[in-house]
Amino acid sequence: MGIEQKTGNMGVVTAKLEDVVNWARTNSMWPMLFGLACCAIEMMAAQASNYDLSRFGMELNRASPRQSDLMIVAGRVSRKMAPVVRQLYDQMPDPKWVIAMGDCAACGGVFNNYAILQGVDEIIPVDVYVAGCPPRPEGLIHGIITLHEKVKQETLKDWK
Amino acid sequence: MSDFRDVRIEELSHLLSDRSRNGETMLLNMGPQHPSTHGVLRLLLELDGEIVVNCVPDIGFLHTGVEKNMEAKTYQKAEVMVDRLDYLNPLGNNLVYCLAVEKLLELDVPPRAQALRVILAELTRINSHLVWVGTSGLDLAAMSTFLYAMREREIILDIFEMCSGQRMMTTYIRPGGLWRDVPVEFEAAVREFVRIMPKRIDEYESLLTKNYLFLERCKNIGVISAEECVQWGITGPVIRGAGVAYDLRKARPYSGYEHYEFDIPTFKGGDIFARYMVRMEEMRQSLRIIQQAMDTLPMGPVRSNNRKYVPPPRSEIGVSMESLIHHFKLWTEGFTPPVGSVYSAIESPRGELGVFLESDGSPKPYRVHYRTPSFSNLQILPLLTRGHFVADVVGIIGSIDIVLGDADR
Amino acid sequence: MDEKLQPVVQAIQARFSIGVSEFRDEVNLQVEKADLVKVVVVLRNEFSFKMLLDVTAVDYWLAEAPRFHVVIHLLSMAANRVLCLRVPVDATTPVVPTLDKIFPNATWYEREVWDMFGIRFEGNSDLRRIVLPADWEGHPLRKDYPLGYEEVQFTFNFDEISQHKTAPKK
Repeated sequence: MGIEQKTGNMGVVTAKLEDVVNWARTNSMWPMLFGLACCAIEMMAAQASNYDLSRFGMELNRASPRQSDLMIVAGRVSRKMAPVVRQLYDQMPDPKWVIAMGDCAACGGVFNNYAILQGVDEIIPVDVYVAGCPPRPEGLIHGIITLHEKVKQETLKDWK
Repeated sequence: MSDFRDVRIEELSHLLSDRSRNGETMLLNMGPQHPSTHGVLRLLLELDGEIVVNCVPDIGFLHTGVEKNMEAKTYQKAEVMVDRLDYLNPLGNNLVYCLAVEKLLELDVPPRAQALRVILAELTRINSHLVWVGTSGLDLAAMSTFLYAMREREIILDIFEMCSGQRMMTTYIRPGGLWRDVPVEFEAAVREFVRIMPKRIDEYESLLTKNYLFLERCKNIGVISAEECVQWGITGPVIRGAGVAYDLRKARPYSGYEHYEFDIPTFKGGDIFARYMVRMEEMRQSLRIIQQAMDTLPMGPVRSNNRKYVPPPRSEIGVSMESLIHHFKLWTEGFTPPVGSVYSAIESPRGELGVFLESDGSPKPYRVHYRTPSFSNLQILPLLTRGHFVADVVGIIGSIDIVLGDADR
Repeated sequence: MDEKLQPVVQAIQARFSIGVSEFRDEVNLQVEKADLVKVVVVLRNEFSFKMLLDVTAVDYWLAEAPRFHVVIHLLSMAANRVLCLRVPVDATTPVVPTLDKIFPNATWYEREVWDMFGIRFEGNSDLRRIVLPADWEGHPLRKDYPLGYEEVQFTFNFDEISQHKTAPKK
């Protein structure tokens, strides 16, 4: 009902370009399958039917970084895995966003030792940090909605 | 930080065949980020067309340094890190650590705590097998099983949250018993779960067990014999799928398992299908154990009274001077165990999970080593995948049921 | 001592010079490096200890001889018993003969001990690092290796730590 009223006789809708592009980007952000440890299980639970992530357009997890826009780093990143994470981030095409899910990805979590990166933001720039060990699926959804709000505020100057 | 490409082919030449050097066979990297490797596992596959000639697993992408980190914390604080090893079996990791500490300290555990530990351990086993059936099914393209399994899993996670406040990493089982008693809604929730679960397991079986596509992908693939299992130190559903009825809950029972009646499911064949059947039946037997434990649950305290090792309840601290002193010493310094080393093991959903704990009398553990089933079971992967297609490798990894947090520690 | 382990321990004591200790119903045998392979073969062939559960090590730093103990757990499914062997290793020559010709799964356990402690296993078919990156220096589970933790950033040391906190390139 709403669209037909706005289009009128000519079938034309006018809106700001930024709004339309940001709307398209947020509503169909495809995450890359990047579960590392325990947070991956909660991410899988968030994707299952109780806390459905496909209502945010994220039902497909693309295995290839070339086809995804969102990297949810779910789990602890060890020193051996760090170059792999960086390479996968570099392989993602722009625009790309990163959610650091869980305490280990945000700040090293419970593990403060030689083997774990103290936060994935040592190697890749992070947009949203979601706290929890592991965060509840609702927590992850809150993080995703925060990211959507951040993306909706992007302007022409921010696009690459 | 190293570049993971540093492992050069020349260094692996003793593991690969000569045909790879002259280009007859192809080396394919099934990298750490892969939808079907169940975590960050890297496999170097030597392929002759589509047939796997050799497979070299490369692990360590989730190495967390837990063993070293535990040496820097007191016994109580170190337990928090332990849930996160095998993250599909967090209460099992807690349980085996507490069994080792209790053996070292000769600490008693009241019967109510033992029964509740059994119930929680079996719920965790069902939880782990549900994730297994969901993800292995997903690898073999059975997508609805995944959604159904996750639905059941939410019920179990609600029960854990009701007891401890946390869905997964609960640290609920502490040395001497449990952290605190279960709430009043626990019994009703567990009984309701035990009532509805058998029909749900039937639902999964109706989707998979007689499904021609599933059978084609599972029968006679990844076959291992019982002698090979013993030679390679494999325990858990893998050895039971090869026909050997070895289960630690019957062989070296712990925490009161000897009081419950249950069967050990075995299946002949040693292939993926056998392991699948074993795990489905194990879920039913777990329900049987939970039913018996709920029916015979004794009343009483849930934590030992030995104040030298177990902190007093908060209500006592306000009225008793000794309790306050015990609380203070336990929190600031920790307890002092005797000098010696122990080995305790439980039957985790993957196999024999053991803890080797050595103490030198100080409040921090001198050496904690986890003998994890995933690390042991992953060694047979080259043996099982030889001669199969690349697509079968995925099914085989799923059937061994590895968790990389367990393997890399 | 447990009645099933008593004859085993007596037989091994008769043929080799070992130290026996018991703690909490577990039997620990202290075996010399040179005898290790023969003891394990006897246990496997004559006394049905057919499964190798684990090979690990403990570091007693500040003690030079022995500095390490390599700890081996063997399981006999028939007798349903676990036996623990300890092999003392000096700091100057941290080399132990390998068990991977007897038990094939010893390969990875010994790789992990090499990786974490720096104890070489002579004859191991594949001795390289397993859980750490290939070019890592040092052996973390030794007691003289630091934990490598990051200092907590409070307000009083905020600027100091920010200076050497790594930040990514976009």
